[in-house]
Amino acid sequence: MTYSGERILLSSQREGQVSRFQKWVFLAVPLAAVLFQAYVPTFFPVLSFVEMPLLVVVYFAIMRRNQISGLTVGALVGLAQDSLSKSPLGMFGIVNTLVGYFAASVGVRLDVEHGLIRLLLGFFFYVFHQFLYWVMSRALLGQQMTFDWTRTAMLAALNAVVGVALFHMLDKLKERT
Amino acid sequence: MESLLNRYRNITVLLLVIMAQLVLLAVSAKNPDDVRFIRIWTVTAVTPVARIIEGLRGGSTGFLHNYILLHDTNQENRRLRSELDRMKMENVFLKNELNTADRAKALQVFQQHTPSRTVAATIIATGAGSSSKVVFVDRGTVSGVQRGMAVVTPDGIVGKVIAAYPTASQVLLITDPDFAAGVVTQKSQVHGTLKGQGTPQCKVDYVAFEEKVEPGEWVYTSGDDRIFPRGFPVGIVKAVRPGQPFKEILVEPSGMQRGLVEDVLILIEGVHQPIPEAPAGMQPIYIATPPPGNDSTPASAAPSASGTEADRLRAQYQALGAEQKHTYGDNPPGTKPADFTRLGNPGAAVPPGYPLGPAGKNLPAPAAAPPNSPAPSNAETGKNSPPAPGTPPVARPAVPAKNGSAGTAPATGKNPAAPNMAAPPRTAAPPQAEAGKNSPSAPGSPPATRPAAPAKNGSAGTAPAPDKSDPPPAGTPAIHPPDAARRLNPPAGTPPGGQLR
Repeated sequence: MTYSGERILLSSQREGQVSRFQKWVFLAVPLAAVLFQAYVPTFFPVLSFVEMPLLVVVYFAIMRRNQISGLTVGALVGLAQDSLSKSPLGMFGIVNTLVGYFAASVGVRLDVEHGLIRLLLGFFFYVFHQFLYWVMSRALLGQQMTFDWTRTAMLAALNAVVGVALFHMLDKLKERT
Repeated sequence: MESLLNRYRNITVLLLVIMAQLVLLAVSAKNPDDVRFIRIWTVTAVTPVARIIEGLRGGSTGFLHNYILLHDTNQENRRLRSELDRMKMENVFLKNELNTADRAKALQVFQQHTPSRTVAATIIATGAGSSSKVVFVDRGTVSGVQRGMAVVTPDGIVGKVIAAYPTASQVLLITDPDFAAGVVTQKSQVHGTLKGQGTPQCKVDYVAFEEKVEPGEWVYTSGDDRIFPRGFPVGIVKAVRPGQPFKEILVEPSGMQRGLVEDVLILIEGVHQPIPEAPAGMQPIYIATPPPGNDSTPASAAPSASGTEADRLRAQYQALGAEQKHTYGDNPPGTKPADFTRLGNPGAAVPPGYPLGPAGKNLPAPAAAPPNSPAPSNAETGKNSPPAPGTPPVARPAVPAKNGSAGTAPATGKNPAAPNMAAPPRTAAPPQAEAGKNSPSAPGSPPATRPAAPAKNGSAGTAPAPDKSDPPPAGTPAIHPPDAARRLNPPAGTPPGGQLR
């Protein structure tokens, strides 16, 4: 299967390259994403739609192509996000853990260097993230929340666009082999 | 095992991380009721399991006890049956004790409130013989009991003492065939004699067939027998059957309604009491005068010559007495009686213009009626004379009929209340509806042709004077012919059985 002359699906796991990052990147980037999520909307409310921790988790998960690594990053980022939010500890942690796990699983099969793939992954995981959070809020916490599919789709598209740009910037932090 | 973990390492780690965060979420989060979610989840998760386990345990235990371990069921059943029987007997015993206590209390209260002097006694034995209704009580002459004393309970009379011994007395129960007592009905004040029949019900004898006695009416002692003071309840009329010449009235004794009682009261010194008032339905009812402009003359206003044979006979005798200036009932012993031979054939037709009622003092005084009253009608009213159907209402109190009551014109003149009650102020004399056999017609009544048939019932019309001076023998129940009973009825306040003129 070809798309614009480039392959999207990998025939085997060996075809994909595992990106490597400096250790401080695993610490600094998620921390920066969480801080961005916590403080930037305070000064720039228009940017509150950006789900920066989610995008970071998706990026590291698909680039590392390791499910344990992905769920670990997701769990840590999610717990950090819970700590700075009003939601109970574990809500974002569980959601981001699952996002990291599934993103890593998908990254094994897809060419995550492709821009369109990144756009679609960003869109899909944003919707998945919001839906899972809504399900858990209703099932575990008993909160009567509504799920607005239209708004979620629009925000997912915006986050996907932002994610493509973010992923491109984060690519700069990869170790060169 | 190690290979299994390596194979599912990723999903295992995922589940562990998710589980850890769930625990963290449960510990940190609380519901709106401030209960941590870990408690809610734990209880929610554990409760169904506990319910299932308990259901299984209870089911298995029940199955074991109900179907497997039944070796001692029969023995336990027998034990429970015997215990139930014992409880039943104990229950009966306690109920009897309670009834005895209630009766004793009622007896004590009655003893305190009755004006008669009484002594409590307990029935200790019953007399021999299947038909005799005799019992022995534990009070005798030592306690002041004498032969002839009445035995009562708060519910009614029970019997009378027929033999008094030093420490015990023999009581003839009310149901014994030899028992008799003078009684009077509450509503209509009809006198009669109560007699035992050997059955649970007694009968009241010597009540004329024309007397009105209804089932459900209370019967009280009249005091005429000089054994039972007046005013003690006797029983309730259960059945009234017509008879000739007397009604057949059955009375259920109230004193023995619940069988033979254990504790009774012997009246050492009886005091007469008034008969309780009749129910509200028998209270006097005021009937207004007819509207003005009513030209229709009441049918009863015109003297009527209609009447029974007794009325005609009475009229003849009274006219004869008036001719000879003989007043019935007011002649001392030795006075020459009226010459009845001049009467000729009693019951013969009264000549025209012959007054049906003499102008003697025994007649209801027409002058007692107020001037604005309608023309005096026949003075005959009494309990047996309701207004004729269709008779226009007149202003008169609908006084319940009583013995020798208003409107009655007794030939003997022994009822002092009669003249006063015959014509109350602003009232008219009741119209003559149906002339009772003892009722004389008003003066001025047109003559009527009367058959020469003699009176059948032996009422006052045949011999009005002689019987009124014969008091009943002391100590015997007052057995009065109907009319005589009415005339012998003493006025209020007169002790029953007192001297009758």
